[in-house]
Amino acid sequence: MAKLILNRLSKTFDMAGRAAVNDISLTVREGGFLALLGPSGCGKTTVLRMIAGFEQPSDGSILLGERVLADAGEMVPPEHRNMAMVFQSYALWPHMSVAENVGYPLKVRGISGDKRDRKVRDALTAVHLETYADRRPADLSGGQRQRVALARCLVTEPDVVLLDEPLANLDRHLRQEMEETFREFHARSGATMIYVTHDQAEAMALATDVAVMSEGRLLQVATPEEIYARPEGRLVGGLVGQGAILSLSSPAGDRRILDWPAMQLVLADRAVGPGADILVRPQDVEIAAEGAAVTVLSVLFEGERYALRLALPDGQTLRAFSRHPVKVADRLAIVIRSAWRL
Amino acid sequence: MRQSRNRGNSQPRWLFPFVVTVIFCLSVLPLGRLAATGIMSAFRGGAGELLSDPGLWRSVYDTLSTSFFGMIAAVVLGGGFALLLTLFDIRGKALLGFLFMLPTMIPPQVTALSWIGMTGPSSALLKAIGLAPPLGSPQPLYSIGGIALLYGVQNAALVYLSLRAGLLALPRDAVEAARLSGASSWQVLKDVILPLSLPGLAAGAAIAFVSCVGNFGIPAILGIPAGIYTLPTLIYSKFAAFGPGTFADVSVLSALIAILSIIGLTVEGRVLRGRDYRVIGLSGQVAVFRLGAWRWLAELMLWLTIFLILVMPLIALVASSLAPAYGVPLSPATVTVKAYEEILVRQAATRTAFANSLSLSLATAFGLLVVTVLTGYFLVRSRSRLTGLISALAEIPYALPGIVLAVAFILLFAAPIPVIGISIYGTIWIILIAYFSSFFAVSLKPVVSAFRQLDPSLEEAARLSGAGFARRLADILVPLVAPAAGASVILVFLIACNELTVSALLWSAGTQTLGVLIYNLDDSGSFNIAAALSVLVVVMVIAMMILLELMAKRLPKGVVPWRS
Repeated sequence: MAKLILNRLSKTFDMAGRAAVNDISLTVREGGFLALLGPSGCGKTTVLRMIAGFEQPSDGSILLGERVLADAGEMVPPEHRNMAMVFQSYALWPHMSVAENVGYPLKVRGISGDKRDRKVRDALTAVHLETYADRRPADLSGGQRQRVALARCLVTEPDVVLLDEPLANLDRHLRQEMEETFREFHARSGATMIYVTHDQAEAMALATDVAVMSEGRLLQVATPEEIYARPEGRLVGGLVGQGAILSLSSPAGDRRILDWPAMQLVLADRAVGPGADILVRPQDVEIAAEGAAVTVLSVLFEGERYALRLALPDGQTLRAFSRHPVKVADRLAIVIRSAWRL
Repeated sequence: MRQSRNRGNSQPRWLFPFVVTVIFCLSVLPLGRLAATGIMSAFRGGAGELLSDPGLWRSVYDTLSTSFFGMIAAVVLGGGFALLLTLFDIRGKALLGFLFMLPTMIPPQVTALSWIGMTGPSSALLKAIGLAPPLGSPQPLYSIGGIALLYGVQNAALVYLSLRAGLLALPRDAVEAARLSGASSWQVLKDVILPLSLPGLAAGAAIAFVSCVGNFGIPAILGIPAGIYTLPTLIYSKFAAFGPGTFADVSVLSALIAILSIIGLTVEGRVLRGRDYRVIGLSGQVAVFRLGAWRWLAELMLWLTIFLILVMPLIALVASSLAPAYGVPLSPATVTVKAYEEILVRQAATRTAFANSLSLSLATAFGLLVVTVLTGYFLVRSRSRLTGLISALAEIPYALPGIVLAVAFILLFAAPIPVIGISIYGTIWIILIAYFSSFFAVSLKPVVSAFRQLDPSLEEAARLSGAGFARRLADILVPLVAPAAGASVILVFLIACNELTVSALLWSAGTQTLGVLIYNLDDSGSFNIAAALSVLVVVMVIAMMILLELMAKRLPKGVVPWRS
């Protein structure tokens, strides 16, 4: 195994059209778990399909270690990449039993008899489906089908495992269970995994690295903690975690982490710089005896707390939490403990 | 080129050239050859002589009038059935629909024979019940009206299917909105359903017209004895009286048929354009109107029609086959199975014809399947802009009347094939190739719809498992399209086995098909033997249709032509 390198990767589908993927460079470390996060249509699935070999790059290259998998001229077909993929639709072959589905990559590789049976059994055990070997995919539930698809990935020890929105068709309860299965699978196989999703919570919960894409471009790659704490730009800030983005004049210097005194200056419009986008997370907004004046726009009871939308005097909105009930149109004072200039 | 830029696609490099070669050989080459000969003879002035022949214009007139009245009959029969069976609470719809489809699947020469057996002074059936007209009175079907009537019976199902598809595609909310606006059932029918279903009816009428123009079996049996020649039978008679100008003449005649067909098909395409609202997830179930006290009458009419256009002719056919000779009254004393013995045991010619037809149809059905699985895969998976053109070219030979195609292949293979210097003219191979060309679209359609339904990720998963194209084809793709492939084989076999038009021009001694044999037996006066052979053919047709009906549940929508 080796690291997977995307080098200035681009893909244009028709001659005149705009690029679906535009100049993406990215290195996935060996054994890493990368989530490709972005709104639908941002090109993340196209990146995944280029890594799998279903699409050829229009420009740039894909390398696995020293080996060039694809560039604009040549490419290794998916058959010879030693990768595996979990599809959104599971892609189980309806005419084969569960064991035959899982064992098919081995059969193609010419592995037969006891050795194949043992590997299939091991893979099914790993996803807790050992008693379902003789069933047909049609007899299984959605979550079970997804686990069969995962076992099919497990069986050949692939270099890279690709997951294309694998939880999109499952209900919330099953999602949590499957997230656990994916984490287990990653720890156990040590394979490099690339996970495409539009759900930021899923990406943060699973991945060791998150790459955020929008309109074919790569906006930021970082660990989940990093990307949450220090997002780059308005798009990433809006996509990752909850928070409100305020358009205010920028504070003095190139400070990015703003504490309350700095925020006071900014809110009072006494800052010096040009306009800036400032991200305020709701947990950093504190209701206090004195501070900036706000009006309550809406209140939502979430069980453990109340989620508030607050309006600043200039009309911009903020999110905040409160442990005590407040009423719509109440006037409150808030302190912003921390904010991030995007 | 597109191809080289899409190396990520799943098709092996040879697939595109393969598909292009197949389409070229089966569609472009024969039709191009026909067009070339037609244009050349037009320039040499040979066409002038033909076009100034009043016999030709007489024949054009007869073709148009029989086809027009045939179309009217088909619209009345098929339209009536489609409206009653789709919109009203008639009992036994499935059975009525199936029986109504039968006349279309029965070969036209058999239809013609069975109707002859039902009418006229020599009808064994009429004689048996003492209703036969006196000897010497004319056979009423040997006329323009008779040909048109049988065209109507033969093609009514085409109108039925087209109108029914239109009715099933009606948005249910349009009907419900009209109801909520306070319209009565009759007003809904008159103001909403009928206007909206008009394109389906017009399209069905156009296809029926094209089918009438190209029909050979009916005018050959009913028209030639009365001196009525439609364009297809005129081509046939020109070949029978072969002369130096024959090739030029028949290519011009074929061009005339082709032009008439293209006009019809264009009308069909026009009226159906923009009728794609059927894809907006509707249930395919129109509101059913209650007939109340009228239901009995409607059901009686439907069953009476089935009896007249299907049951009676078939009874007459069986009666003719059991009579000792044409014109001898059928009674318990005279019943004989001699005709069956004759065809099954005694005559070598019938055995040859059976063997020819069965082997030709089997070879066509299975041989084409290999080609259409690959072509269908290409058409569905390829992002090439040529796919539209390729599927259109694949459709044309089937859309054109068989006689046109037969002429094209004669022109193509009349001289020995260049380079290898072998002549296949007069051998069974020319029929086989013509069948491949003619039934390519029949074989392709079910396979394409099966591939369309297939989730591409099923194949992608196999690719990532390491399976190459051949492996995927064998392990994943073919098993998944197998039901449709089975239907495709049965359909092609069914149509090829009963085919007369193509082989009528292409057969020679030793290569006659069942269709040709039935026609020749009737032509030479062995009516009862021809009838017996026809009975066997009908039994085979019904058996295969039932087989398809039983398979229908496992097939993609639209594969079994009479199910909607």
